[in-house]
Amino acid sequence: MEHRNEEDRPGVVLTQAQACIEWAYNWGRKNSVWPLGFGLACCAIEMIGASMARFDLARFGMEVFRPSPRQADLMIVAGTVTKKIAPLVVRLYNQMPEPKYVLAMGACAISGGPFKQGYNVLKGIDRYLPVDVHVPGCPPRPEALIHGLMQLQKIIAAQKLTGPNRPRFLKAEVSGEYPVPQYGPHDLEPGYTAEYWQPPKLAPLE
Amino acid sequence: MFTGTNAYLFLVVFLGVAVIFPLIPIGLARLWAWTFSPPKPGFEKQATYECGLAAPEENWRPLRPGYYRYALLFLVFDVEVLFLLPAAAAVGQLPVGAWVALLGFLALLAEGLAWAWGKRILTWK
Repeated sequence: MEHRNEEDRPGVVLTQAQACIEWAYNWGRKNSVWPLGFGLACCAIEMIGASMARFDLARFGMEVFRPSPRQADLMIVAGTVTKKIAPLVVRLYNQMPEPKYVLAMGACAISGGPFKQGYNVLKGIDRYLPVDVHVPGCPPRPEALIHGLMQLQKIIAAQKLTGPNRPRFLKAEVSGEYPVPQYGPHDLEPGYTAEYWQPPKLAPLE
Repeated sequence: MFTGTNAYLFLVVFLGVAVIFPLIPIGLARLWAWTFSPPKPGFEKQATYECGLAAPEENWRPLRPGYYRYALLFLVFDVEVLFLLPAAAAVGQLPVGAWVALLGFLALLAEGLAWAWGKRILTWK
């Protein structure tokens, strides 16, 4: 164990105290995830349904859909992302305060879905934003969205405060803004942010 | 404790509490940010508008003063009349100080009228 990181060395009291702080911090954050209130297509109807009384997102502290990105923690990309709206989505994400999370809801937000062949449809918001949870479906039912949000709660609960494995928003050197694509003559430029996403490689033909 | 000359001491206590009470959470938040969570300001994040669209041009630009002219004329012709009626009714019993204040007010409004006249904005076609 000689390669162990200095910060991971188990001190007795300090580690206990930090574990308590970490738990309380993550507990507070995971139970008050405020989503940004914007819907792009029909998935938004299911998202709205999830926030209403029957499915009751308030149980998770997530019913407070914020009209401003400055007050939101979670971006639910609910629906088809057209190439016209993609720069706006990225710009809204950039305007959210840290820590911030992205949930891609539905087949369209994940991969373009049934409109994947369309000339004007972005084939997955992963190309520009760091997606934390993918919720498949067309559209996903509110139960599926709630399941995705519970997965996000697990992600938040497992995040570290210190150490090399701490999340992106706690690292001072990592920027909180992602490059906003520009409208080109034929397509968005660039087509994806190469730093975070690469197109899948095809297996070589034999 | 709060009687006699100290009757208003509780106001001082309240003032102190009112200052300290919000400072504690703000200080704790600053301490937390300083210890763990670095601030990440940026161009997009600090943009004025939060609708997703980039602002198309400069935010500072000259505005047409037409509305302010109307507002000034409204003051001269409407609010002045409103104040002149009680002033005219009480003009006999006014002390000297009130007279001076009244004349000063009228002089200000007359200056506004003269300004509007000089700018030739009293013409309606």
